[in-house]
Amino acid sequence: MKLILITFCALLLMQFSWLQQNKPLEQSISDGAEIYQDFCLQCHLDTGEGVSGVFPPLANSDYLLNNIDLSIKGIKYGLSGPIVVNDEEYDGVMANQGLDNEEIADVMNYILNSWGNKSNDIITIERIAQVTE
Amino acid sequence: MKKIFLLPLSVVIFYTTSCISQENPPVIETPDQSQYTTETIVEGIDIPWGMDFISENEILVTEKKGILYRVINGVKNEVSGLPEIYVRGQGGLLDIALHPDFKSNNIIYFTAAINVEGDEGGNTSLYKATLKGNSLEEVKLLYKALPNTKKGQHYGSRIVFDGQGHLFFGIGDRGNRDVNPQNLGIDGGKIYRLNLDGSIPVDNPFVNQEGAIAAVYSYGHRNPQGMTMHPKKGELWENEHGPKGGDEINIIEKGKNYGWPVITYGINYSGTPITDKRAMPNMEQPIYYWVPSIAPSGMAFSTSGVYKKWKGDLFVGSLKFKYLEHLILKRGKVVKREKILVDIGRLRNVKEGPDGYLYIGVDGKGILKVIKK
Repeated sequence: MKLILITFCALLLMQFSWLQQNKPLEQSISDGAEIYQDFCLQCHLDTGEGVSGVFPPLANSDYLLNNIDLSIKGIKYGLSGPIVVNDEEYDGVMANQGLDNEEIADVMNYILNSWGNKSNDIITIERIAQVTE
Repeated sequence: MKKIFLLPLSVVIFYTTSCISQENPPVIETPDQSQYTTETIVEGIDIPWGMDFISENEILVTEKKGILYRVINGVKNEVSGLPEIYVRGQGGLLDIALHPDFKSNNIIYFTAAINVEGDEGGNTSLYKATLKGNSLEEVKLLYKALPNTKKGQHYGSRIVFDGQGHLFFGIGDRGNRDVNPQNLGIDGGKIYRLNLDGSIPVDNPFVNQEGAIAAVYSYGHRNPQGMTMHPKKGELWENEHGPKGGDEINIIEKGKNYGWPVITYGINYSGTPITDKRAMPNMEQPIYYWVPSIAPSGMAFSTSGVYKKWKGDLFVGSLKFKYLEHLILKRGKVVKREKILVDIGRLRNVKEGPDGYLYIGVDGKGILKVIKK
């Protein structure tokens, strides 16, 4: 009986901590919108369109939608050097913004589900943690 | 009937949209670019935020992510002894400046985002240290803005000396525009003035005002990213990032209010208005504002005469449009603007070197010397 109770409690705790770590998608998107306003909007603009030739677009961006882990890596560690986005070359510097894994997951969920972007991937904190430099 | 209404309406819409999109004169010119070139002095720096010259061949350069380089003949040597830097958003290791008597005392100053309180977030600080070879010693925190915040924006901050025993540095509004810039009791959105030892000048404008921060020299700023002394008039010149269409050049005077966010020529990035007020009593007007915004960074006068016809002119980097802006002034007004080094890259900083040439910091590149053929 004791064992069952302990197991039950442990399971409950596990579920609780999982819930704490990964909030519902809607919440993550809305938290991500705030991060976006703070750290991304100045260059990528509030339409996600960026500036042609200077700041790559996020809206309908083939680079973003086809390279989710590479995009996470860019946010987590910074990105510099030439990349091609929607057939246009960009050769700039995106500095590491100092966001934590939860903030990166949130902002990824936001940009993957805004301005017409749609993704079946729900980005979790664990996925962010797995991306290395 | 409908048409009669539509016509004036469309005229009004056309008028207002053309007002917004119209460039604030003088309209920028693009001269023949083949007369300009650059020479790479230091390579391989992502964000060369600040620099100062020990000599023609020796430069101190900050990299925003938290590295200080002593560059000797183009070779980067990492300097040890920096405090822990808070790297988030626009924050990190920022400006650097040699003490006016550096040759005899080896003292340097630098600004950086830090957190020494142990809570969350960070804010801008000013440090003093002694440079011995490739290490910093006697590192002393002179000023730390409060409160810390996790906001990513607007840390400031250039360091400038007035030649009369003072130093100035700026701190941006830290992403809290409705609270910080107009409140003299809270840091952010201010230009500060200190004595060279870090103490507060007794004649600072708000030393006797209860609740005011005594180090404050001027307020109502958004994000100062360029600052320099006028070589002849001894005035403190500053440029700051406004919102969309509201970047400014100001001459900073003691105790004055520069208006952010009560008055501004800019609008929110989203296109919505911040205020309809562009002027108010007891608030200073910029000597120039950029529409569209160029994201001005760095500011220097050319004083040396090594460039034909540039003596006395002002130079400002454009982070957004990737060129060096050349501004010709007459009686305190901008009368001509030119693009120099079109598409050079995100131009972070510009300074006049001891050899009289202009040196620029460019993101993803490093430090380049500006040459006019």
